[in-house]
Amino acid sequence: MASEAKKVLTAPIVDNNPIALQVLGICSALAVTSSMANAMVMTIAVVMVTAFSNLFISIIRNQIPSSVRIIVQMAIIASLVIVVDQVLKAFSYQLSKELSVYIGLIITNCIVMGRAEAFAMKEKPGVSFLDGIGNGLGYGFILITVAFFRELLGFGTFFGIEVLPLVQNGGWYQGNGLLVLPFSSFFIIGLVIWAIRQAKPDQVEKD
Amino acid sequence: MEHYLSIFIKTIFIENMALSFFLGMCTFLAVSKKVSTAIGLGVAVVVVLGLAVPVNQIIYQAILAPGALDGLMGITDPAKSIDLSFLSFITFIGVIAALVQILEMVLDKYFPALYQALGIFLPLITVNCAIFGAVSFMVAKNLTLGESFVYGLGSGVGWMLAIVLLAGLREKMKYSDVPDGLKGLGITFITAGLMAFGFLSFGGISL
Repeated sequence: MASEAKKVLTAPIVDNNPIALQVLGICSALAVTSSMANAMVMTIAVVMVTAFSNLFISIIRNQIPSSVRIIVQMAIIASLVIVVDQVLKAFSYQLSKELSVYIGLIITNCIVMGRAEAFAMKEKPGVSFLDGIGNGLGYGFILITVAFFRELLGFGTFFGIEVLPLVQNGGWYQGNGLLVLPFSSFFIIGLVIWAIRQAKPDQVEKD
Repeated sequence: MEHYLSIFIKTIFIENMALSFFLGMCTFLAVSKKVSTAIGLGVAVVVVLGLAVPVNQIIYQAILAPGALDGLMGITDPAKSIDLSFLSFITFIGVIAALVQILEMVLDKYFPALYQALGIFLPLITVNCAIFGAVSFMVAKNLTLGESFVYGLGSGVGWMLAIVLLAGLREKMKYSDVPDGLKGLGITFITAGLMAFGFLSFGGISL
């Protein structure tokens, strides 16, 4: 049981990553990765929502008629996202302004929906909860990797602390303007996928 | 008229849903293998966006917006004003799901050929973040009913343009020699990044 739980928890981080392999939840991965702080908050929010939506859906999985299951899942997910949004607004208003519509977009983040549909509808609550955490962390892994490179090379900072002193502040590092722009995360994610698949050749797509 | 035209052009090119806001990315990357399916999905997104944004605008302004219900309930004291805007996420997603369901039934009854062609794409649209994102932006930008209709339509056309272009590129890419690890998802990410780079140049247009 213990090893199975560990597998459910860690497999989505590299072996079955939601972004790099399952093509789920990409929208927010691109837009909120300009700084480590944003990526961390987004990761925590997604881990919470995925874990609890998996838990609740798994608890009532035998009571949900399959014809209306999408609506039921949506209602549960939307309620959880409202809770996250309200908490964020109450305790960290500045961050919630910065993340703007992307917190709301966790509702349509396919990771949450995809795991609910593919895992929680079939498995027991405990395992589903761990699967939710695992997939949330897998998503966060990519998000934080991308944010790390974008913040370090784009602004020369790490969590807002200066690491590479910028030229305009009297230092030596010329910030990379490309990495400040949101679409640079496309390239970084593409390269991360390449790295993962180089290490795990069984993930390579056949054409 | 000019005002509406400028919103339309702006949402297609400058504020492109897929390539500037990175919304609807999951389907954008997963369903862009062939031009024909990309067109089918694109048409469905245009229709749903053109309906969902104005319908949600009406509901938001009439019921959910702060103070919207005051007149109806006869509340004059500003301290007791009703603010239901925290319910907006769950309402929007419910309205979108219901609209997609209705559209599916109407198409099935009156345009069976189109219904067959769209197939599984219609239900998928419910979780397409481009729809939910456009609705959230409509609230954030405080659009009027007419503006929101044009905004929805323009966003849909812009998204369709992006996915059809990407599908065209991917069809041609079959003939190129891509490194194994980058095949499929990896190179698609990098291609989409370059497309977003290209669309960035529209940012210089002022309307």
